[in-house]
Amino acid sequence: MAATPSSAAARAPNFKEPGWARTGYRALKRHLRSAPASILIYIAVMYLVVYASLTGAEAMGYNWQWYRIPDYLYQLTDDGFQWGEISIGLVKTITLSGQSFLFAVAAGLFVALLRLSGLVVGTGVAVAYLEFVRNMPLLVLLYVFYYVLGPIFSLDRYTASVLCLGVFHSALLSEIFRAGINAVGIGQWEAAKSVGMSKAQAYRYIILPQSVKFMLPPVLGEAVHLIKSSAIVSVIAVAELTTIGRDLISYTYMSFEIWFTIAAVYLVVTLALSVFVSLLEKRYEVST
Amino acid sequence: MNASRPGRARVPRGLHRQLNEATPIIEIRNVDKFFGNFQALKNVSLTVRTGERVVVCGPSGSGKSTLIRCVNRLEEHSAGQVFVDGIELTDETENIKAVRMEVGMVFQQFNLFPHLTVLENLTVGPIRVRKQSKADAIRLAKMYLDRVHIPEQAEKYPAQLSGGQQQRVAIARSLCMEPKIMLFDEPTSALDPEMINEVLEVMIELAESGMTMICVTHEMGFAKKAADTMVFMEGGEIIETAPPKVFFESPSSERCRMFLDQILEH
Repeated sequence: MAATPSSAAARAPNFKEPGWARTGYRALKRHLRSAPASILIYIAVMYLVVYASLTGAEAMGYNWQWYRIPDYLYQLTDDGFQWGEISIGLVKTITLSGQSFLFAVAAGLFVALLRLSGLVVGTGVAVAYLEFVRNMPLLVLLYVFYYVLGPIFSLDRYTASVLCLGVFHSALLSEIFRAGINAVGIGQWEAAKSVGMSKAQAYRYIILPQSVKFMLPPVLGEAVHLIKSSAIVSVIAVAELTTIGRDLISYTYMSFEIWFTIAAVYLVVTLALSVFVSLLEKRYEVST
Repeated sequence: MNASRPGRARVPRGLHRQLNEATPIIEIRNVDKFFGNFQALKNVSLTVRTGERVVVCGPSGSGKSTLIRCVNRLEEHSAGQVFVDGIELTDETENIKAVRMEVGMVFQQFNLFPHLTVLENLTVGPIRVRKQSKADAIRLAKMYLDRVHIPEQAEKYPAQLSGGQQQRVAIARSLCMEPKIMLFDEPTSALDPEMINEVLEVMIELAESGMTMICVTHEMGFAKKAADTMVFMEGGEIIETAPPKVFFESPSSERCRMFLDQILEH
């Protein structure tokens, strides 16, 4: 009962002393973190992927026709310069994503404010909307918009796609907005109120400008997510990047080349956006 | 400028208007405040007259902050009545807004707007709430920055200032709304000792200018210099209300005497 601290310590197994396994693991972790090791691993993985697809393609007698791909990006004919089908699809993907994103931001902000309104009805509606949209597969939601709401409100496939993507991402964005707004301290609300501001004025001039800093990185991450998920509208044949890829393959039979190209185009767009995000984040860090 | 203020709902004033200097400007009548089951204020009544400087003291958790936060409705009282300049504080948002425009508040943690410069901190209220022109607001802001002795910091952000400077900016921000009443909620408690005096100095100057003030503070030196009335609270009740001379020399309640002994020891 009167065990002294020292005797208790002597009886307890000593977890702090590193065993050989632990030391080895730490050394491995340290090496794996170094830049040369990362590059080596990256090269090895890429080599494996390329090698596997090449040998796989060869084994099945695949006939590579990479030289035909540039025609689908752009064409230089006697009529002059013309964009190829893939480029046209890319523009469509970007406008589709852009419009959906604007809609999603507006709706998401509305839902977030509704949820934070403190009104029982407002919170209830917002939570119901969030859970309903967030817990439904995007594909099912698209079918609902196109096959159910489409005929009722006579939406064309493009509008249905914009609305579907907008609604789906508005639910995810509303959570980001809510977190960003909540990250601003209660003291800011009190200071805004004490100079006589209404709730709307406090949001507009005090709270939202401060929460942008917290929201910006995840919101733009959500934009990247949206561009990628916009590929799903190919199932209702909206002529965007993925649909165009599928169509091209159906008459050129170059499935490997086309899909690799489409993947690369998505990668370039989303990587460019990611770089933009990280630059923006740096700027915000400096200015505050 | 008064003429340009938006009209507001007022309760009937009765005889108040005809009285002069001694008009009660804040009337707290039998106020209770509950946080869940915890009762923070128990049947508190307090009258503050125009130009009166009230210092509220008492041990922590005694309801001092809650009391002054009820005056500009950062807290809603659960029972009783609060009148500020003849306006009763109820759920009526027009009334609340009217009261908040007349009552300035200074917080323990300053609560400056970190994304705005000092000048913008001072002008955002007058421009957005009072609908002043930008030029007028800036003129006013510069005048009040001068009064709190930091005219040179106008273009800086709050994070670039010391705690004492930030608190003085916070005082100037409240003054820019040209309030009739100033509330101070432990304005020096978050400051390093060497910065306390610069803030107290500004508060004493403000008191000398005739501003109606309620200060929650443990700075008894300030209280002796500036207060007209001392209020001692404990357990959500006002135990003693007296002029400083009586309060410090011969407090009538035992608990108040013990509290004073404790904080005046050093």
